[in-house]
Amino acid sequence: MLNIKHLRKIFNPGTPNETMAIYDLNLHLKPGDFVTLIGGNGAGKSTLLNCIAGVYPPSAGVITINDNDVTFKPEHKRANYLGRVFQDPMLGTAGNMSIAENLAMAARRGKSRGLGWGISKEEFDQYKEYVSRLDLGLENRMSVKVRLLSGGQRQALTLLMATLQRPDLLLLDEHTAALDPRTADKVLYVTRRLVKENNLTTMMITHNMRQAIEFGNRLIMMNHGRIVLDIEGEDKKGLEVNDLLKRFAAASGEEFDSDRALLSM
Amino acid sequence: MSPEALLNIGVSAISQGIIWSIMSLGVYITYRLLNFADLTVDASFTTGGAVSAIMITQGYSPILALICALIAGMGTGFITGFLNTRMNISALLSSILAQIGLYSINLRIMGKPNLPLLRVETTFKNFSEWIGLRDPFSSLILGFTVAVAVVCILYWFFGTEIGCAIRATGDNPSMVRALGVNTKNTVLLGLILANGLVALSGGLLAQSQGFADMGMGTGAIVIGLATIIIGEVLFFKKNFMLRLFGIVFGSIVYRIIIAIVLQMKVPSQDLKLFTAIIVALALWIPNALDQNRARRARKSANKELFAGDQDTNNGGASHA
Repeated sequence: MLNIKHLRKIFNPGTPNETMAIYDLNLHLKPGDFVTLIGGNGAGKSTLLNCIAGVYPPSAGVITINDNDVTFKPEHKRANYLGRVFQDPMLGTAGNMSIAENLAMAARRGKSRGLGWGISKEEFDQYKEYVSRLDLGLENRMSVKVRLLSGGQRQALTLLMATLQRPDLLLLDEHTAALDPRTADKVLYVTRRLVKENNLTTMMITHNMRQAIEFGNRLIMMNHGRIVLDIEGEDKKGLEVNDLLKRFAAASGEEFDSDRALLSM
Repeated sequence: MSPEALLNIGVSAISQGIIWSIMSLGVYITYRLLNFADLTVDASFTTGGAVSAIMITQGYSPILALICALIAGMGTGFITGFLNTRMNISALLSSILAQIGLYSINLRIMGKPNLPLLRVETTFKNFSEWIGLRDPFSSLILGFTVAVAVVCILYWFFGTEIGCAIRATGDNPSMVRALGVNTKNTVLLGLILANGLVALSGGLLAQSQGFADMGMGTGAIVIGLATIIIGEVLFFKKNFMLRLFGIVFGSIVYRIIIAIVLQMKVPSQDLKLFTAIIVALALWIPNALDQNRARRARKSANKELFAGDQDTNNGGASHA
């Protein structure tokens, strides 16, 4: 499904600020894989997701999605394959447009846009039903501007938008990190439901180790631009946080240093 | 002054306001919807006037002249959009470059800095004869018809799939890209549409006032901003259609203010300064009002909340 070969990303090449965010990364995702991605600050998790999404071009390597080479495809063309939710709740929605309008735009991801009306009555009713299943009480506020919603509501809406047109790959970039714990739980619940219902191939960055263990069928741990642990299937099921820390230390030769990840266990 | 003269001045101020409002609707597209500070406007307004005037003096029909003004204006928007989206020059700078370059082009279109339209047909003269009303009144009706048509077309367009994508681009470009839209094209399209309207407005003004000159667009962007803000402060913000009409009314209010100022014998060379002051005030007043409202609310809330503390401890009188 997703195939990454020898991916490398260098920021500010040739300057004193040169940083190698991803060194030489190979990754293959099978259809239906739900990968949780964990690692300390500067491990390269977000860079990896942004390279897949086409926010910036890689410095070397090849990325294919469903056998289509997307390495140098612009961001808006890859959108055909990808659903994305960002860490910042402001980034996933257009604040000055209504809930219904945001959903209508998401429903047209990967389709050509013309001079047809931006949202039809049938669509409106359908979205209302989808929104009611988020269980946030937003179904009666469909015409309200999204900027009036809370961060958690915006993230849940962004999730719905990302999956409205079934994406080949769903990319979640720490999408609950900016939320309070209760709201984060709610958004995670929605995430789990939508992924399961649509049988989505998913990559989810998280800084919460328990979450990384609990979610998905595969756990990848990154450090300094490399994948240091890749735990799958049965092996992942019995995993404990302490095992994970030990295996990380053994594989990378250093202690796991993210205070944020350890504190939020 | 006779009541009739006063009526004439009033009506011609309103019809001027309506003609200029089409320019302001263009500025609204870039300034409010696309969040793009487009200074092309000062030049594309003149381009519209120049094309409209030269074509009439060459014997073409006044309506065809307006259509060509619209198309020429779209071309100016394309230039700015190309500089910005294809050559990656910042919004402000690319529109300044287009503006400077267009100065030469406008001069070439007209051939001289001032082009009078004497003893020739204009859309306004023809319309006046056709409906049998004399000038400021016929101009008012014609201008109003065009403005209503433009508002309706904009309302429709920004409700379509492409229109929604343009609106969302000004709001959150990274989301729009994530949803599969090339934001370079939406920006380009918005600039083309906006400057087309600006030039149409310039073309109408040239035909209405009976001349085009190189200075007719100077400060147009500032007038456009003033109009938008007056419209937003004084009129409805309820929905998109009403917002657009609010801009038309804002433009009328602006022209009436200018007419009053001129009646007060303010020399016309001071008008630009006056405009700048109006805009600065219009930008500042809504802000100041909000702050003032918040301060008052805080004061009265504190008064209520701290009232019970007075006898128990040192009191809350100073917490204002």
